[in-house]
Amino acid sequence: MKNRDITQDTLLKGEKDPLTSTPVHLLELDKVGKHYGNIIALTDVTMAVDAGRVTCVLGDNGAGKSTLIKIIAGLHKHDEGTFSIFGEPRHLNSPREALDAGIAAVYQDLAVVSLMPIWRNFFLGSELTTGFGPFKRLDVETMKQITKKELQEMGIDLRDVEQPIGQLSGGERQCVAIARAVHFGAKVLILDEPTAALGVKQSGVVLRYILQARDRGLGVIFITHNPHHAFPVGDRFLLLKRGKSIGYYNKKDITLEELTAQMAGGAELAELAHELESLGGHGDVVAEVEAEVANTEAHRG
Amino acid sequence: MTSTATIKAPVSDERVAIKSTLAKLLGRPEIGALVGAVALFIFFSAVAPVFLQPGSIATVLYGASTIGIMAVGVSLLMIGGEFDLSTGVAVISSALTASLFSWYFSMNIWVGVLLALAVSLGIGFINGWILVKTKLPSFIVTLATFLMLTGLNLGLTRAIGGSVSTPSISTMDGFESAHAIFASSVNIAGVDVKITVFIWIAMVAVASWLLLRTKVGNWIFASGGDANAARAVGVPVVRTKIGLFMGVGFCAWVAGMHNLFAFSTVQSGEGIGNEFLYIIAAVIGGCLLTGGYGSAIGGAIGAFIFGMANKGIVYADWNPDWFKFFLGLMLLLATIVNLVVKRRAEQK
Repeated sequence: MKNRDITQDTLLKGEKDPLTSTPVHLLELDKVGKHYGNIIALTDVTMAVDAGRVTCVLGDNGAGKSTLIKIIAGLHKHDEGTFSIFGEPRHLNSPREALDAGIAAVYQDLAVVSLMPIWRNFFLGSELTTGFGPFKRLDVETMKQITKKELQEMGIDLRDVEQPIGQLSGGERQCVAIARAVHFGAKVLILDEPTAALGVKQSGVVLRYILQARDRGLGVIFITHNPHHAFPVGDRFLLLKRGKSIGYYNKKDITLEELTAQMAGGAELAELAHELESLGGHGDVVAEVEAEVANTEAHRG
Repeated sequence: MTSTATIKAPVSDERVAIKSTLAKLLGRPEIGALVGAVALFIFFSAVAPVFLQPGSIATVLYGASTIGIMAVGVSLLMIGGEFDLSTGVAVISSALTASLFSWYFSMNIWVGVLLALAVSLGIGFINGWILVKTKLPSFIVTLATFLMLTGLNLGLTRAIGGSVSTPSISTMDGFESAHAIFASSVNIAGVDVKITVFIWIAMVAVASWLLLRTKVGNWIFASGGDANAARAVGVPVVRTKIGLFMGVGFCAWVAGMHNLFAFSTVQSGEGIGNEFLYIIAAVIGGCLLTGGYGSAIGGAIGAFIFGMANKGIVYADWNPDWFKFFLGLMLLLATIVNLVVKRRAEQK
């Protein structure tokens, strides 16, 4: 019966099929905390990641998002609470351990070598070889084919996998990094601010890859400070502020407006509006911020 | 009854053709050097007809091989993102080790040769190990090694042999066979070609294979291109870099053994300044000084350019005083050509 309880607890309204969702969470954080010396970086964070679901972690700069992913990706160990992988409490000692557990992180800098061809980047560190002994060599053709195929499945059609990866656009590079993680057996994909450095169109491209990864059955953790990017793709939203969780919602329980308001904080927005006005800020911008304030208050009321 | 459904789209991607074969060729790292080498060859053939005689070409190739053997290791190291200033004197250290050890203990020369191999690999290991442990730039680490080796070469040679040059080993056991392997000549159609030319070509072939068709090659490119990214995806960057320095050590051993068995005696103060020739060959050959880009063949072409310029000036009856000036000019031109060609190729 225990499994059933967990299932019911985690099932969200509007899920496609309860049977396909995992009875145990892929990842589960329960009151996790981390401090560096006497500085508390993260405290009391609870969240879960399931297969075929996107968990968004939202927060401004310094909210503790990086600390959170560093714990999940095995770069840092947590000091408080429990961090379970497939229901089993773990302390990860290295990114390698995280990878072996199926957790892959795609960082902002993407860990690609820009001068190297796409296919070499795709298989970097996990190259396929053929032949024996001193004649063991790279299986170039197979690697090129797999790269092309995997990228095509992510919905990206590349002219030539031989071109240096540095020639790709930011969104395409993200896609290669995601496809690589998927190909090498990631079950949980952590995406650290994948849209932060991208324009509107490229951000849209990346959001589509996030959904692609979700539809392929991965549990995705999407870190961002932009609620407009998080809301359309997310199933769950964890809001962080100054190292604390200020809210954890299922999609059905929150609207985009509420999410935005929660993130910015109504009082702070009002303050910003005043400040802009006193500085002689542009009328339209001030009006926009004021409208946002009114909106927030209406929701609170 | 041909339905439209049976007409399949071509399997190959038609957009690949946009990047023509020519553009692909221009995208190769060594293309600038190749163009330069051809131009220089035509130039010297025109001004010095003797340059085209088989004997002259063999001499040019020999000159190129003595630089080229080291340029193989140095090119790979440079692609791996580091460079080594101690290579010039490390060649002499290797030769001195073999010579002095065998002479002092009156042993078969091959014992000394193998000890020299261990010492050369050891010097490479120490260079690499200090580099990855301290995270100091390779310029500083290998500059220190360069100075220390220079001092050791002079100091130990005088302390053991009593002179600035080593005693001749030409009558010792094993000299004949070692000479045959490291310093003999092969007669091809009436022309004596030094064996170093063949050793050089073999080493370039092995290095190219390593670089383009093995895991290690992938790791070398990645370590030089972006060490942090490489580490993040599980590339053993530390081992790769130490291995590259040891590869340079191996090349220094081959070059050192040639020096020793060609002249049977070694001047302990030699080798200073040669490290730049190896680096120049690699850079002319299209290796990026910042790492992550280049080829072993490029380094070989760079060495060939060096050999042509070095001997061509003599064949053309010019004053060899001007050689260094031309070398500098060529270095500048080659790097500019590389830069332009690379940029143009990348614009598709």
